[in-house]
Amino acid sequence: MSDAYILDAVRTPRGKGRSSGGLHEMAPARLAAQTLEALRQRSGFAPEMLADVILGCGEPSLEQASNIAKAATLSAAGFREVPGVQINRFCGSGLEACNFASAMVMAGQADLIIGGGVESMSRVPMFAGGGAWVTDPQITLPNHIVPQGVSADLIATLHGYSRRDVDAYAAESQRRAAAAWAEKHFARSIVPVADINGQLILERDEHVRADTTAESLAALEPSFKTLGEKMGFDAMALQRYPQVAAIEHVHHAGNSSGIVDGAAAVLIGSESMAKRLGVRPRARVRAFGAIGSEPTIMLTGPAKAARSALRRAGMQPGDIDLFECNEAFAAVVLLFMETLGVPHDKVNVNGGAIAMGHPLGATGAMLLGTLLDELERRDLGTGLVTLCVGGGMGSVMIIERV
Amino acid sequence: MIDYKTDADGIATLSWNVTDRPTNVMNEASIAAFEAAVKRAIGDPMVKGVIVTSSRKDFVAGGDLDLIRRIDGIEASMAASGPVSAILRRLETSGKPFVAAINGTALGGGLELALACHRRIAAADPGIRLGLPEVTLGLLPAAGGTQRLPRMIGIGKALPYLLEGRKVAPEAALEAGIIDEVVPPGELLTRARAWLLAAGEGAAIKSWDAKGFRFPGGGPQTPGPMQIFFGASAALMSKTQGLYPAPAAILACVYDGCQVDIDTGLRIEQRQFARLATSAATKNMIRLLFFSLGEANRLADRPRDVPLRDYSRVGVLGAGMMGAGLAYVCAQADLDVVLLDVNVEAAEKGKAYGAKVMDALVAKGRLSAAQREAALDRVRCTADYRDLAGCQLVIEAVFENREVKAEVMRRAEAAMDADALLASNTSTLPITSLARNSQRPERFLGLHFFSPIEKMPLIEVIRGERTSEATIAHALDFAKRIRKTPIVVNDCPAFYANRAFGMYPYEAMTMLGEGVAPALIENAGRMAGMPMPPLALIDEFSIELLYKAMRQARADQGEAYREQPQDAVLTAMVEQLDRPGRKAGKGFYDYPKEGGKRLWPGLAKMFPPVPEQPTLDEVRERLMFSQSLEAARCVAEGIVSPRDADVGALLGWGFPAVLGGVLGQIDTLGAEAFVEACDRLARRHGERFEVPVALREMARARGRYHPV
Repeated sequence: MSDAYILDAVRTPRGKGRSSGGLHEMAPARLAAQTLEALRQRSGFAPEMLADVILGCGEPSLEQASNIAKAATLSAAGFREVPGVQINRFCGSGLEACNFASAMVMAGQADLIIGGGVESMSRVPMFAGGGAWVTDPQITLPNHIVPQGVSADLIATLHGYSRRDVDAYAAESQRRAAAAWAEKHFARSIVPVADINGQLILERDEHVRADTTAESLAALEPSFKTLGEKMGFDAMALQRYPQVAAIEHVHHAGNSSGIVDGAAAVLIGSESMAKRLGVRPRARVRAFGAIGSEPTIMLTGPAKAARSALRRAGMQPGDIDLFECNEAFAAVVLLFMETLGVPHDKVNVNGGAIAMGHPLGATGAMLLGTLLDELERRDLGTGLVTLCVGGGMGSVMIIERV
Repeated sequence: MIDYKTDADGIATLSWNVTDRPTNVMNEASIAAFEAAVKRAIGDPMVKGVIVTSSRKDFVAGGDLDLIRRIDGIEASMAASGPVSAILRRLETSGKPFVAAINGTALGGGLELALACHRRIAAADPGIRLGLPEVTLGLLPAAGGTQRLPRMIGIGKALPYLLEGRKVAPEAALEAGIIDEVVPPGELLTRARAWLLAAGEGAAIKSWDAKGFRFPGGGPQTPGPMQIFFGASAALMSKTQGLYPAPAAILACVYDGCQVDIDTGLRIEQRQFARLATSAATKNMIRLLFFSLGEANRLADRPRDVPLRDYSRVGVLGAGMMGAGLAYVCAQADLDVVLLDVNVEAAEKGKAYGAKVMDALVAKGRLSAAQREAALDRVRCTADYRDLAGCQLVIEAVFENREVKAEVMRRAEAAMDADALLASNTSTLPITSLARNSQRPERFLGLHFFSPIEKMPLIEVIRGERTSEATIAHALDFAKRIRKTPIVVNDCPAFYANRAFGMYPYEAMTMLGEGVAPALIENAGRMAGMPMPPLALIDEFSIELLYKAMRQARADQGEAYREQPQDAVLTAMVEQLDRPGRKAGKGFYDYPKEGGKRLWPGLAKMFPPVPEQPTLDEVRERLMFSQSLEAARCVAEGIVSPRDADVGALLGWGFPAVLGGVLGQIDTLGAEAFVEACDRLARRHGERFEVPVALREMARARGRYHPV
């Protein structure tokens, strides 16, 4: 089996996911196209060298429907005859695309391939397409499917994370993100988004609020209390977790991931292809995968996913220098750190989705680039990316610098 | 079965007239007759349009539950429901206009028949009810109800009718779009004819059979209904704990069936119905809620040879909470009431309770001011026992004190008519022992009402050793007269209901004492379908009350008293922790002024949860099986019949109907499996789970309490 290498990684800045957001005017196909063009420009490959473009998308409906990856290759200059395939593992999609791309290289069926993702949450709202897993009563009833915020609150309740704990985590995410931007830690990956005339539309993540403190967050109303208590979702969740007297609703807009627009792309190839292109591989893919977990609490996948990939790589948590665990909700990362026994100063060191936002299908690929940049900046060796995924899943990849 | 006539204008009238049943029901014979009539009308070239109506008071009441109860397999179910659905689809697509002239109540299959017609005209009679109540008996509308109603009025509007069995009067049905027209009763047929003559063939096509059908409010895969389905699941789960299969099946019919053409949808509906009709849950609900409850209300066990007794005047001794409630309930049933207490003022206080209850009803428009006055006028307050003359029944509801009871019984009997009955509403003192105070114990009995009387439908009719059969029969007549459901119980300490139900809170406290987490205990009770979690329930009726009862028993029995497993918890809560219950604002729960009650965190200190907690199922078994076991003991001891035991559990303490009652639970599980489980529980938790010999023998013989 051959090795798969990450040759390069780019992402757009994240625009606020509403009509006032910086990227709202940009159709998702064209947003993704800009990341493809950027990779080509930076690595100098010819599009026909690409075996495929695999893009993750968490809400593949409306203008993201059908196959947004092919729409992106049709939109990107010079990519017209490159194939494209869209995959969906909800919040893990962007990473999953890179997993699949790596698998193609490792299997010897591709030498150069792009994995990535795109999500325009301002234009294609979450659950716009419905889907059987959240609407079909023959699925939702027996599986006790509740909104993810209720699941996150259930995690906090079960593991004793207080409102103060999750708010403190969120404030720290904001502080780290602001510091990372100030110190230009994202500079290597960020591709500013331009309009049709080449004029700049957005060059920085819009969602960060540098002045956030745990105290300022304490004033926010919980977001999932009504859903949970009035609409019956708490009762539905407790049927799976009868040891819980009542769910404490601790999550709100300030300690949950932000709704944003964005795209990312990662160039993955074989060693021989790197040589041919004359680029130095930035990291080797050590292990990756996905796991399934209990669907009601839904968001406990990262630790299980990390362990499964670590086992495959023959590694221990202590062998990993830096972690990216998607900040879907503060409690998800708190649980990840507690379960795996890893310190906060190794996890999400440049902040995460609470501060910068979570463009569902793109986030996994963004985190991969962020992790790689930081490993290089600190001259460290190993990193692990993981995301919790709707329906009770987790996605993971372990990389090692070469 | 179906009266068929045609007129010169080519209008055929099919009129339901099922004379061998109390009302127009859909059974094998009536469906066959209707099918023949429909085919005849369709096949007759002279017939231009068809009126479907009824020759009886009701339109059509729905499916015959006896038929449904006998369905013994999936194929039998498909064979039973298929033809009904098919004939309705046949008339719907026949090309000839059908109009339902709804002259009376149309429920279940009756309304589904109307929905299949091309127009629905109802008589303007506010007493008429239209609805699809199948869900309340664990069923679903299997003659197209889950498919036609959403296609007519939209998924969001249709779901409450389907999931809650909501019944409405014609005006409300018109507003909801379920019917098309409401006309004066006398004009019903004329109007139906007129519509048919004017409508012609163009009206004989349903919107969903026409080209370009647009689902009102959108189909399942459109934004509104997608939200509705996501929310409906949670609403359902929190309401039913997922114990009742019918609402889930209905949601599935609507979700699956409304994404395809109606013929496919109807097939989906049949399949879901078959699964329900053959399920233990549905059979339990039909047996208990329809047949057993119906038999109890009809006084099926009443000795036939005892003449019926009519009641016009009832005496109530003691105007405390129970006496006041009793007086009110009797007055509401048009009985004259003599409400007696130590003085007229005390009696008036009791009467005022009824006035207060009725004020609320008047305010809600459920009672007229005149009705309220009339009921109050029927209650006569007195302190004079001589006023009891002329009462056919006197019920004592004084303090639970033997001396006080003996005294009022003596004075009452001295004043009562010779053939009048005397009843005690005691809940703690055995009737046979109280009967010793009576000069005519054969006409003395217990009538155990539940509080609040005006809301609780059950009466335990307690037969003392010397109570005569005629007295029991007459007590049953009284129960029927005041529209309560009686069960007959032979005298024993605590009678039947409190004895069996008591196991629920006792077992909960026992578990708490063992270190089972209180949240788990409460959730297990709730998720088993009990109306209230056990510790919350004890808080409501007071921990202190149970504590005092325990002290009393200890004092009464002295050395002979056997320590009960829950005693330590009662003692700790009252003596050490001073948490007597809800009234004091502190019990197993805290009752903060703001926000809801919460389990008291201090419980963890007093009763530290053990590290290895039982599973939900283990806790649920202990809470639920202990009740069934005590009921089984009552049956084994000849205290109560299996049917009355289940009716009593349903009405007395809200035991979940889906289990078919306390004994229905044993049948559902299988006596063998139940005995096995109890043996396991007895080994682990003590002799209170030992099964009575009779049950063990029944299990060995593979017997049941109720026929399948």
